[in-house]
Amino acid sequence: MAKIRSLILTGFGINCATEMQSAYYEVGAQPKIIHLSELFSGKIDLLNFDIINFPGGFSYGDDLGAGRVLANLIKYKHLSSGKTVFSNLLEFIEAEKYIVGICNGFQVLLALGLLPGTAHDYQQEATLATNNSGKFEDRWVYCKTPENSCASQLFPSGILEYPIRHKEGKLIIKNSSTIKKIVEQKLIALQYCLKDGSPAKYYPDNPNQSWMQCAGLIHPNGRIIGIMPHPEAAVSFYNHPNWPQIACKSTLALKKGDGYWFFKKITAKIINSMKEKMYA
Amino acid sequence: MKNVSELIRVFQSSKLIGSSSSINLSDEIKNCYQTDPGYVYRFKMFEICYTRNNYFNRTDVINISYKILCDPIQHNLVSNLNNYNLPDFSICILVGKHHGVTDDEAMTVENILYDFIGIDNQNIKFNVEIKELYLFEKTIPLKSLEIISTSLLSNPLIQYSCFSNTLDKVLNKKQNKINHTREVKWIELTKTVSEKRHLGFSDLEIQAVLSEYNKKEFQEIRNLKNIPNKPSDCELELIAQTWSEHCKHKEFNAEITYIDLETGANKKIISLFNTYIKKATNVIERLLKEKNHNWLVKVFADNAGIVRINSESYFIWKVETHNSPSFLDPYGGAITGILGNNRDALGTGMGGAKLLFNTNVLCFGPPNYNKALLKGQKHPQIILKGVVRGIEDGGNKSGIPTVNGSIHFDERYSGKPLVFCGTGAVMSTIIDGCPTEKKPIAPGDCIVMAGGRVGKDGIHGATLSSCEMHTDTPGTMVQIGSPFTQKKLSDFLEIACAQGLVKTCTDNGAGGLGSSVGEMAQITNGAFIELDKVPLKYEDLAPWEIFISESQERMTLVIDPENINSLFKLSEKYQVEVSCLGHFTKTGFLEILYNGKYVAFLSLNFLHNKVPQKQMSALWKKPKIHNSNTPKLEGLHQYNKMFLELLSSYNICSKESIIRQYDHEVKGNTIVKPLMGPKGAAPQDAAVVRLNNNSYEALIISNGILPRIGDVDPYQMSAGSLDEAIRQIISVGGTLPDLSKNSSPFWSLNDNFCLPNCCFDEQTNPDGQYKLAQLVKMCEALYDYSTYFLVPMTSGKDSMKNDFISEKKKISIPPTILYSCVSQVNDYRTVTTSYFKNSGDVIYLLGDTYDEMACSEFYYLLNISSDRVPIVRKKAARDLYRFVSHARDLGLLSSCHDLSDGGLAIALAESAFGGDLGAKIRLPEDPKLSPQVWLFSESPSRFIVTIRPENQQAFENLSSVKPRHLGYVTDNEFIKIYKHNCLLVNLTINECIKAWQKYDL
Repeated sequence: MAKIRSLILTGFGINCATEMQSAYYEVGAQPKIIHLSELFSGKIDLLNFDIINFPGGFSYGDDLGAGRVLANLIKYKHLSSGKTVFSNLLEFIEAEKYIVGICNGFQVLLALGLLPGTAHDYQQEATLATNNSGKFEDRWVYCKTPENSCASQLFPSGILEYPIRHKEGKLIIKNSSTIKKIVEQKLIALQYCLKDGSPAKYYPDNPNQSWMQCAGLIHPNGRIIGIMPHPEAAVSFYNHPNWPQIACKSTLALKKGDGYWFFKKITAKIINSMKEKMYA
Repeated sequence: MKNVSELIRVFQSSKLIGSSSSINLSDEIKNCYQTDPGYVYRFKMFEICYTRNNYFNRTDVINISYKILCDPIQHNLVSNLNNYNLPDFSICILVGKHHGVTDDEAMTVENILYDFIGIDNQNIKFNVEIKELYLFEKTIPLKSLEIISTSLLSNPLIQYSCFSNTLDKVLNKKQNKINHTREVKWIELTKTVSEKRHLGFSDLEIQAVLSEYNKKEFQEIRNLKNIPNKPSDCELELIAQTWSEHCKHKEFNAEITYIDLETGANKKIISLFNTYIKKATNVIERLLKEKNHNWLVKVFADNAGIVRINSESYFIWKVETHNSPSFLDPYGGAITGILGNNRDALGTGMGGAKLLFNTNVLCFGPPNYNKALLKGQKHPQIILKGVVRGIEDGGNKSGIPTVNGSIHFDERYSGKPLVFCGTGAVMSTIIDGCPTEKKPIAPGDCIVMAGGRVGKDGIHGATLSSCEMHTDTPGTMVQIGSPFTQKKLSDFLEIACAQGLVKTCTDNGAGGLGSSVGEMAQITNGAFIELDKVPLKYEDLAPWEIFISESQERMTLVIDPENINSLFKLSEKYQVEVSCLGHFTKTGFLEILYNGKYVAFLSLNFLHNKVPQKQMSALWKKPKIHNSNTPKLEGLHQYNKMFLELLSSYNICSKESIIRQYDHEVKGNTIVKPLMGPKGAAPQDAAVVRLNNNSYEALIISNGILPRIGDVDPYQMSAGSLDEAIRQIISVGGTLPDLSKNSSPFWSLNDNFCLPNCCFDEQTNPDGQYKLAQLVKMCEALYDYSTYFLVPMTSGKDSMKNDFISEKKKISIPPTILYSCVSQVNDYRTVTTSYFKNSGDVIYLLGDTYDEMACSEFYYLLNISSDRVPIVRKKAARDLYRFVSHARDLGLLSSCHDLSDGGLAIALAESAFGGDLGAKIRLPEDPKLSPQVWLFSESPSRFIVTIRPENQQAFENLSSVKPRHLGYVTDNEFIKIYKHNCLLVNLTINECIKAWQKYDL
C-alpha cells in the first residue's frame, strides 16, 4: 500500500507545521509542507494528496480575527486559472479526501463554512469567540470523543490528554436549528472532560466555556475535522507534563503520547477507505 | 464618469453579550477613574478610501466589506451607524494611529480588497485606516475624559485620540501630519546642539569630534568630494549613536579609580569588561582548550555567542534588556525587546538560525504599590499587564515557546522596570560548504535591507537607552513591533541562508542601518550606501532619520552580486521586501549618499576606535546595616501562619496566571515545562527543550537573579545569582565541566548588568562613586565564580542609568545582575523534575545551611535588617554539584528541587504541589541553628532530593557529600514539619496551594 500523502500548509504566521510533519512521519505517512504562497500560486494540485492539514498558529497575524484572512483568501482570491483555492478544495472534498484543521486551522474551517457543514451552503454556521477568561492559555486538558459520534472512527477511544493553546476557542453556534442538526447528526468530534470522563462543566477543565464542552467538530461526511487541542504537540510521551512521574511509576515510558494515536488513527482510516474503494 | 476618490466607513461591533468588552470597559472606568460613563458602545471603524468609477461604487465596497470584514456570528457590521438604533449617547471618542505608525491589519485589509476584486481592476486604489470609536451613554467630567482617552483608550506615543459630543465632529477631525525637511543640514557641533538633538555627547567627546573635523587630511578628502568641513546632521547622529553607551559600553570600558575603604586597597581598573568579563571567559577558554574541550566557538564577537552542541549544530544564546522602551510603552517595549532579541540570534554568524525558545525575567514595583504616582510614572500593575501582553504576542505569534522566566518585585523598580528577554537558537555548523560562525564579507558585496519599511519610529533608541528617564523623554524612541512581519522575514531568511544565497547578515536593532552597516563595514574597512534606495513608510524622512531609525523587523544582508537576482525572486514568494542599498568597499570610509549627494563621509577608524575613554571613580565603604533583633517564632500557629504568608508573598507566589498566557510548548520540543506534575502546578527549576524529535539531546535553561542582597553585599549578590543559575541546571540535569574527563557538555552564561546612574555628581548623584564600587564588586564575583565553576560568559549586556526622575524626585533601581545559563544533556529521559513522585520516597537535604538570613523573604516579611547575607562557598558548591550529577547518572534521584526564595520551607511545599502527595519531615538536630533558620534560611547551593527506599543505601554510600535525612513523602496531602517531636508546621497541600495561588497577577 502506498503511503498516505499528507499536505501541511505553512507560512504567513502558521506556526505548527514542523511538529505536524514529524507526527505524520511517526505514523508512517508521507507529509509535505507547502507554503501558502505556493498554494495561492495555483501550481499545487490538491488532488495529489490524500489529506490537507491546516495547522495552528496565527495566520496573517490574526488580523480581523483568528483565521479570517486566510479563509478570505481561500474563498475569494483568484488564482491564475481564474478559480479559487476554495473551488479546488470542494473538488478535493468531492473526491472523498480528508481535511484536518487544528486550532487556528479549525478557526479557518469554520470561517470557510466547511464545518460543521450542516447547511451545505458554505456559509458560516459557528465561530470560536474569545475564551471566557479573556486570555490566551496554554494548559493540558482531558477530552474524549462522545459515544456514537460521527468522529468515533477517527479518534482513539478513551480519555485523551492534549494541550490547548489559544485565546479564541469558545465555540458558539449560529442558531438553535444548527445546534439541533449538530446534535442529531452527532457532529461533536471532541469534548473537554474530567479525568474520569464526566463532562467538564467548569473552568479550567473546560478552558474556554465552549458550547457543550465542545473542543472539535466533524462534517456529516465524516472527513472534515476541526479541533482546538494540539495532538501534534502530544505525539511524544515526553510531551506530557507528568511524564516524569508516569515514567517513575511504570515501564510505560516506551508508550506514545496521545497525539500519536490521533495521527495513527486518521491515517489508518484513510488507508481503510482507500481499500474499500479499491474493492468496491 | 471619471475615477474619483471616495471615502466610506464601516462600523463593526460585537454581538456577544457577556463576553462583550464594552461592559468590562464601563466597569473599568467606574473602578479606576471613579466616574460613570453609563453604557459604553465600542466600534471598530474601517475607513476605506477607494477609487469609484462606472463599474465599482459604494455598494460594491459595502458588499465586499460584509464578506471579508465580519464574522457573521460574532459581529454586526453597518455602513451607517443610524442602522444600530443607538440610544442617545453623550460623548464620542475616536482613537486612531498617528501618521506613519505601522498598521498591519489595515494593510492586510487593503491586500484582501485587491485580491477580492481580482487582477482585472488594477486601476482601483484602496487606502484603509482602522480606528476605534467609543460612545459613552453619560457625560463625564472633561478632566476624566482627557485622562481616560489618553491613558486607557489610547497610547499617545503611537495613537491620537479626540472626543466630542457629536459623531460628526470626531469623524471629521483631521490629524496632524508630521512635516519635516528632507534636506541635510551642516552643523557646528556645540554642547547646546548635542543636548537639543539628544546626542548625549560629553565635553570630551565633543572635542574628539571637533578635532577629527579639524584634521587637514580629512578636510582635503572632503574638499575633493565637495563635502563641507562642518559635520552634517547625519554624521553627528551616526557618531552619537556609535559612541552611545548602548553600542560602545563606555562605562564598562572606562578607566576606573577604585578605592576600597574597607580593606584600604586602591587600584586602577582599565575597562571592567576586559578585566573581569572577557578575562574570565579567556581564562576558561584556555583551560578548556588545553584539555581539548572545544565547545567554545565564538564569544563577544558577534550579535550573540556561539557554542558547539555536537558536530552538526551550534547553539546561539543571547539575553538583553529592553528597560527604557518598556518604561515608555510597556507592551511595545516588551514585544520589540523579544523580536529584537530574536533577530540578534538570527543575525549571528552567517545567519538564519532556527529559533528554539524564549525566556524572560522581569523586575517590577509591587502590584499593590500605593504611593502617589509622580508625573510620568506608571503604576506597576499597568507596566506588568502591558509587558506580559508584549511577551505573549512576541513569543506566541512568532511560534517560539517561552519556556522559562521569573518575576521580581521591589519598590525600587516602580520608577523604571527591568525587562530581560532571552532567545536560544540552533544553527548548522556548515551550510553550503561554509562554516556558519564566520562573517565573510568582501569589497563589492551588496548591502541588502530586508523586512519592514523605515519610518520615524525608534529614532534615538540607542542614544537614549542609557539615559535617565525624565518626563520629557521623547516618545519617538519607542518602536512598534509586528511579529507577523518578522515571522515572514525569519521564514525567508532561514530558506535564503540554507540555499547559500546569504554570505552573512546582521540585525537592524538599536541604531538601525547606521549601526548594522557601520559595524559590518569594519570587516572590509568601508561601505557605500545610497539612502534614497531605502523603502520608506512615508515620504517625509530626512536622510539622517532614514539612516538611524530603529523601525523594526529589518535585517541587513550581505549578498554576493551573483546571487542578488535569486534572492529577490525568493523574497517575492515570502512577501518580504528587499532592497539593495549599496556595497562594501575598502576605502576606509563610510560613504552615505542621498539623491547623489554626500550626506555623511566618515573614517571608520575614527567612528569605531576613537571614542574617548571615560574616567570614573569608585569608592567602596561597607554599608552600615543595623542588625535588628530577630523575633522567634513559637508554636504551631505562628509557624503555620508564617509558612502561608511566605507562600503568598509576591516574590514567591504562583505566577501561573502569567505563565499560562505564554505558549511554552509550540514546536512540541518542550520536555520540562515551567509547570509540571499531574495537576500541572509544580514549578520547575529550569526548562528542558529538546533539539528536535530525532534525538534525545536537549538543552537546559535557567536564570539566576537576587537583587535584594546587593544592598548589603553586591559581591555576594552577584555570586549568589550566578550560583542560582548554575544550581538550577544541575538540579535538572546538568554536569559541570570537569577537566579530568575527556569531554564536557557546553555551558553558556549571559550576564546582564542593570545599574542606576554610577557617574558621580555632587548635586544630582552624590553616591555615584559608591554605586560604581558596587558594580566593581559584582564584576569581581563574576570573575571569581565563573572561573571556578569553568562556566564562561558567551555574551552579555549592560544597561546603565536606570533611574526615573520626576518632580525633583528620583527612583533608582537596586544594582541588579541576571545570569542566564544554558547547558546540554545527552538524554532528556534522564532529567529530574522538582516534584515528589512516590509516597514512601526518602527526603534528603543536600548542602549546608547557615544562619545568614539578611535579605531573605522571611526577614523581609518581618521587616528585619541584618548584614549577614548568604555566602556562596564555592568548593562546597562544586563538590555538591558533582555529587548531584553523579547520583542522577546512577538513576537514584526521583526528584530534585533547588532551595531559593523562602528556603527549605518553600522548596518542600513546591515539591508537594505536583501530585496527590505530602511530606513529613523532621528538622536536623543541630543546636547551633534554630528551626526558623533551618526552615527559612536562603543559604545558596542547596537542594532537596527524594530517593526511592530501595536506593537509599546506594545513595548514602556515595560518600563525597553527607546528605541530611529529613523524612518521607507521604500519601496523605499534608505537610508536617517536626523539630524533635514537636510539630511546627501542619498544613494541608490545598491550604498551601491556595495561599500560593493568592494572586491573579
